[in-house]
Amino acid sequence: MARITDTMAGDHRRCDLLFAEAEASVSDSNWDAGTAQFNEFHSAMEHHFSMEEGVLFPTFEEASGMTMGPTQMMRVEHTQMRQLFSDMAQAVEKQDRDAYLGLSETLMMIMQQHNMKEEQMLYPMTDRTFGGGADEVIEKMNAV
Amino acid sequence: MLNTANLSLEQAPPISIPLRFFLTAPLFGIAAALMMIWYGPEVMTSRWSPQTLALTHLLTLGFLALVMTGALLQILPVLAGIAVPRVVLVGNLVHPLLTVGTLGLVAGFLLGSTAWLKLAVVALGAGFAIYILAAAVALWRVELPNNTVAGMRMALLALAVTVLLGLSLGAGFAGWDTLIYPALYTNVHLTWGMLGWVMLLLIGVSFQVVPMFQVTPEYPKWIRSWLPRLLLVGLAIWTMLYVAAVNKPELASWSLVWLTIILVGYIAFAVITLRLQQQRRRKITDVTLMFWRIGITTIPISFLIWGIGRLFPTAMEQVDLDLLLGVCMIFGVAIPLLNGMLYKIVPFLSWFHLQNRQLATMCMTVQIPNMKQFLPDRSSKRQFWVYLLALVVTLLSVFAPALLVRPAGVLLALSFVLLGHNLLQVALRYREVSGELSEAVADGQEG
Ligand code: HEM
Repeated sequence: MARITDTMAGDHRRCDLLFAEAEASVSDSNWDAGTAQFNEFHSAMEHHFSMEEGVLFPTFEEASGMTMGPTQMMRVEHTQMRQLFSDMAQAVEKQDRDAYLGLSETLMMIMQQHNMKEEQMLYPMTDRTFGGGADEVIEKMNAV
Repeated sequence: MLNTANLSLEQAPPISIPLRFFLTAPLFGIAAALMMIWYGPEVMTSRWSPQTLALTHLLTLGFLALVMTGALLQILPVLAGIAVPRVVLVGNLVHPLLTVGTLGLVAGFLLGSTAWLKLAVVALGAGFAIYILAAAVALWRVELPNNTVAGMRMALLALAVTVLLGLSLGAGFAGWDTLIYPALYTNVHLTWGMLGWVMLLLIGVSFQVVPMFQVTPEYPKWIRSWLPRLLLVGLAIWTMLYVAAVNKPELASWSLVWLTIILVGYIAFAVITLRLQQQRRRKITDVTLMFWRIGITTIPISFLIWGIGRLFPTAMEQVDLDLLLGVCMIFGVAIPLLNGMLYKIVPFLSWFHLQNRQLATMCMTVQIPNMKQFLPDRSSKRQFWVYLLALVVTLLSVFAPALLVRPAGVLLALSFVLLGHNLLQVALRYREVSGELSEAVADGQEG
């Protein structure tokens, strides 16, 4: 019964690891590795957001009839994070270590509180709503 | 656009609610430190002197309770996915009631005034009743409680026990008839306060925040589901043994053995947490982690010293073990953990509210500072080192009060001044940027 929750929480953890690697490299001013790792992290996050915004949220909204509820709140937080990504990308480009670390700290906070809300509240709601249909939704997300 | 963008703030209270708790708390810390300077060794020599009781509650109610209640109103929606009902009203009532009540209690102890104590009992009683009720409604509404929510529920129960006993004790001091034996129930009161409320909340919240923010493995499953429950039941059994020992003295040693067993549970939690932190994938060391390491490490060290000293009384005859444990728990565990947490939560909230407003108004000309621009590492690290020195001197002052209580007070005062200063800088910066945003929006509308 926790297919979506487990799958998506697993993807959160994968992104966390990429985040941590990039941050460690930048903190050592190792910009070659840091740039590559940041890009990898950034695309992993964008991929995660696309799975949610493209498949999970609309399918849930349709099935539950809730369009202005938690999914809308999650979209807003995606926007907040996207702004941080673009600031971080600039910091990487300028090789500005302090700027990056201040932004990554901020991102970590919003990202984790966002993940908590999803893992505590939204994903379990989607699992309950989809029931046996969860596998199908996951398949669609895998195709993103 | 405006409506949707504000959605993510809907569950959370306006920033002024938590901030007022966080900005008031260091003032009580400063007051406690000034008491140490003013009264000197007296505050460390007898457990029962009015000065000691005043000092204890400046810290436990003035610092710990204000920070913990303020933080919970804020993070409950995040950790538990549920809003505190009427959070603005609750915050508006609880903050002044706890503040006035704590001041009243301290004045009552120091002046020996029953009028002040009565005021304190009424204000603290009302403040905690409102808070506990609001938090309970939120926590028990959660449909799929995870281990963190379960831990927070138990911590709230422990707070209720602590407060009820504290109120009865306080009412006794104030001259109202209460039915209980003070000395006996004081130990029950403080055990439920420190081992119950503070520690259970720490454990419940750690299950969630340690793996997520430091990118560590999860806590073992059996620890997450069983430890808080076992500790709560353990405390209840200890209380019965301890109270029953009044009439059956042969139970006294059993209650002691039992308490020692419970302490092993806390030690296990601390050791596991330190192990997890060693395995963390997020490598950078920040000031919050430095505070947490001190706080978590102090748990096993102080419990081991206390347990060994109690079970083998001849080994440490000259040391006042209870005093040492109390100092360790308050100055070495609770204060640094909250101090570290404040350094994350206050800059984050400032950024979060401002950036949210920026997106809502699409006003991109104003630059929102990131967390480290709100609070530079330099400032928080400097306060950390002052705090650490203050902790060491305070611990040593248990052994040499005449020599060291006043120097410890000076260092603690400095540590709390720096903490308050740092938090105030963040709040002022928030106000400044918030003003810029309003101006830019007004300009935009004119143009
Ligand atoms: C409504 C709130 C509270 C009231 C009215 C209150 C009142 C009291 C009173 C009257 C005593 C002295 C008992 C005696 O000497 O016989 C006492 C002791 C104590 N209380 Fe509280 N208390 C409250 C909350 C708390 C909280 C929340 C904590 C800690 C988390 C706490 C920690 C302590 C400690 C450690 C002592 C023992 C001090 C010592 O041994 O010198 N209290 N309390």
